[in-house]
Amino acid sequence: MANETAQGKRIDEATGTETVGHEWDGIEELNTPLPRWWVWLFYATIVFAIGYTVAYPAWPMIDKATAGVLGWSSHGQLAEEMAEDRQRRAPIMEALALTPIERLPENSDLMRAAVAGGRAAFKVNCVQCHGAGAAGSRHYPNLNDDDWLWGGDLKAIEYTITNGIRQPEHGGTRFSLMPAFGRDGLLTSAQINAVADHVLSLSGKAKDNPQGAQIFADNCAICHGPEGTGLREFGAPNLADALWLHGDSREDVIAMITNPRQGVMPAWEGRLDPPTIKMLAAYVHSLGGGEDFVEIGADPAVEVDETP
Amino acid sequence: MKHPETLERERPGDAARPAPSQPPRTSVPETLYEKRKGVYPQKIDGRFRRFKWLVMAITLTIYYCTPFLRWDRGPYAPDQAVLIDLANRRFYMFGIEIWPHEFYFVAGLLIMAGIGLFVVTSAVGRAWCGYSCPQTVWTDLFQHIDRFIDGDRNAQMRLAKAPWGPAKIGKRALKWSIYLLISFATGGAWILYFADAPALLSDFFAGEAAPVAYATVGVLTATTFALGGFMREQVCIYMCPWPRIQSAMLDEKSLIVTYKDWRGEKRGSLKKAKKNPELYGDCIDCNQCVAVCPTGIDIREGSQVGCITCALCIDACDRVMGEIGRPRGLIDYATLEDCKREAAGEEPRPVWKTLLHPRTVIYFTLWAAIGFALLFMLGTRTHTDISAAADRNPPFMRMSDGSIRNAYTVKLRNMEGRPRDMEITLEGLPAAVMWTDDMPREQAASRLVRTVPEDATLPLRIYVVAPADSHEQDVTFHVLALDPQGEEDRATIRFNAPES
Repeated sequence: MANETAQGKRIDEATGTETVGHEWDGIEELNTPLPRWWVWLFYATIVFAIGYTVAYPAWPMIDKATAGVLGWSSHGQLAEEMAEDRQRRAPIMEALALTPIERLPENSDLMRAAVAGGRAAFKVNCVQCHGAGAAGSRHYPNLNDDDWLWGGDLKAIEYTITNGIRQPEHGGTRFSLMPAFGRDGLLTSAQINAVADHVLSLSGKAKDNPQGAQIFADNCAICHGPEGTGLREFGAPNLADALWLHGDSREDVIAMITNPRQGVMPAWEGRLDPPTIKMLAAYVHSLGGGEDFVEIGADPAVEVDETP
Repeated sequence: MKHPETLERERPGDAARPAPSQPPRTSVPETLYEKRKGVYPQKIDGRFRRFKWLVMAITLTIYYCTPFLRWDRGPYAPDQAVLIDLANRRFYMFGIEIWPHEFYFVAGLLIMAGIGLFVVTSAVGRAWCGYSCPQTVWTDLFQHIDRFIDGDRNAQMRLAKAPWGPAKIGKRALKWSIYLLISFATGGAWILYFADAPALLSDFFAGEAAPVAYATVGVLTATTFALGGFMREQVCIYMCPWPRIQSAMLDEKSLIVTYKDWRGEKRGSLKKAKKNPELYGDCIDCNQCVAVCPTGIDIREGSQVGCITCALCIDACDRVMGEIGRPRGLIDYATLEDCKREAAGEEPRPVWKTLLHPRTVIYFTLWAAIGFALLFMLGTRTHTDISAAADRNPPFMRMSDGSIRNAYTVKLRNMEGRPRDMEITLEGLPAAVMWTDDMPREQAASRLVRTVPEDATLPLRIYVVAPADSHEQDVTFHVLALDPQGEEDRATIRFNAPES
């Protein structure tokens, strides 16, 4: 037949092109030649690939890959970017080092930078106990609320972070000591039950217990105050509010009177530089429970974020 | 829907069709790769050529001049009529300003552009390819330069074959320099859409523009130079997906450029046809339709992927038919249905019947509906917007007095060119009060007022505190602009509370 090649392949009449010889339900494939430039493009990619493997790290060797003549590496790029970022942040860190923390709210730009930096530092150093959202958990204080053991203004928070809690080797550390009334036999079990009832009654969780009230006045009011509202100088918690670090059941309260837990926090002085501690204090203060707000002058100086 | 090749085999008058005057091509490929066959389209004038001139003038004018149009938007916004301000995340188009959160307008426009191509294809075939595709317009422009420098088709072919000598080198250097100039202008105009055009222009030539501007111009100059100057029809035939998609969209109701073979065959020279008029058709095999074709195809072989329906072959054939005194339209825009009708000697259908078939109407309705929806949204949108995101960790917070606090990141958008006071209130929790991280809790109130700067977003961290017995529920932040227009917006979000 005229419409066949020497190899017996059909030539498509409409296009004059040879078919590849396969047929699927009457559908045939034309053996249309690729354009010549296509193959040059292919050669060009090969040349590029060779150039690339010479210029960049590519070939795996026994201990590491070839370095590439350009000397680029992802580690190097990261180090470079980190150095750039440190340089970018240097003025902020310097300003933070020079600004006493009470003056921080006056500079809203610096305050915002401090809160952002504090958020990052918190994620690295604090979330292990206080949680990613700083909400704490049972026995670990929640930093979002307005209940502070040692004070919730910027300066108090900075002091607590710097000096830690119950760090005997650290001079200025926060230190409170609640006697173990049950373990050391200071109160009998019945007395503890009675005072527990009284403590719970302070926030309306139990009925009044006159005997417990008397025991409280004799033993507890010196730190926790006659009304049980706590005393920050001693780190004595407020027993009359709705927040309970160690639980609000009668058993929890009895356990705390019998053999109290003594929470600890590292002193961060020496582990973190002072600007970072300031940033952490600013962040914790910004979580909604911060106290002693300093009015930022007449102009609220709203920060404008151009990125919606 | 049928593939054009199938259509080609089934074309009207198949049974009565005389044997083609040329045997089918038997150019069996000997290699896997094919050298490009040069295309040297001949100069032609005619109504479609003149229409192409017009379209080229309009599209190129739009492309090169739009960035220089000005549009006064007041002191706070740029005065360029069309500006894609990536740095500040704004898209300006005359009186319209699009913010990133309104990107659905742009998405809608892109969908309209897509469906618009469907409408055009189903109504008038591959008109996009033939007239307004940038590849076609720039290729056309470059082919005019070829003719201007090298002369018409025959001169170009002679020059292509000629050995390299001073004359050829000179002509090539001149031609390629002009290509390069046009390519540079094309790549250069592109970046003007992304920054203030006059300022960028002077910065660019002073060497002070951003590196990305130079890189973009470099890449686009290179692609225009390569695709318009050298690749040309290869882009349409090998690289572009649209001809293939259109192949699937064409059917016997689609307007295509058609050679009316029942009228043209059997082909023969004018001399032969005069001797034996009964043997020969109207086609005198003058090859003019092939000579003028910018993609180098022979339309007489039928509809094919290389045909961009630029209709220059119609112009060429009409001129020849006029010269030899035969009716025009041996090659013409027609649907295959009309061809069948015409071959059978029936009256051709009116043009509107060709345009108005169900597919066209459905595509157009869809296209128009999206357009109207966008216009409606554009007309009714406010320039005040609020969005809220709740803190997830912790979801809620018990305060020392037992009340429950939720924290939200609320963003107020002022999409006007002037600062405005806005009032935020909370709906759904009557007993709740709000305060922000830049004010003391003692001042917490059921309404907050903030000044939002012009054309800006004001992020606020809002604490909402509700009485101890509050339950989990939806609440709505409501923003009201404190000006005579009183625009408002709402954002509904969850207020979380402990169970029980």
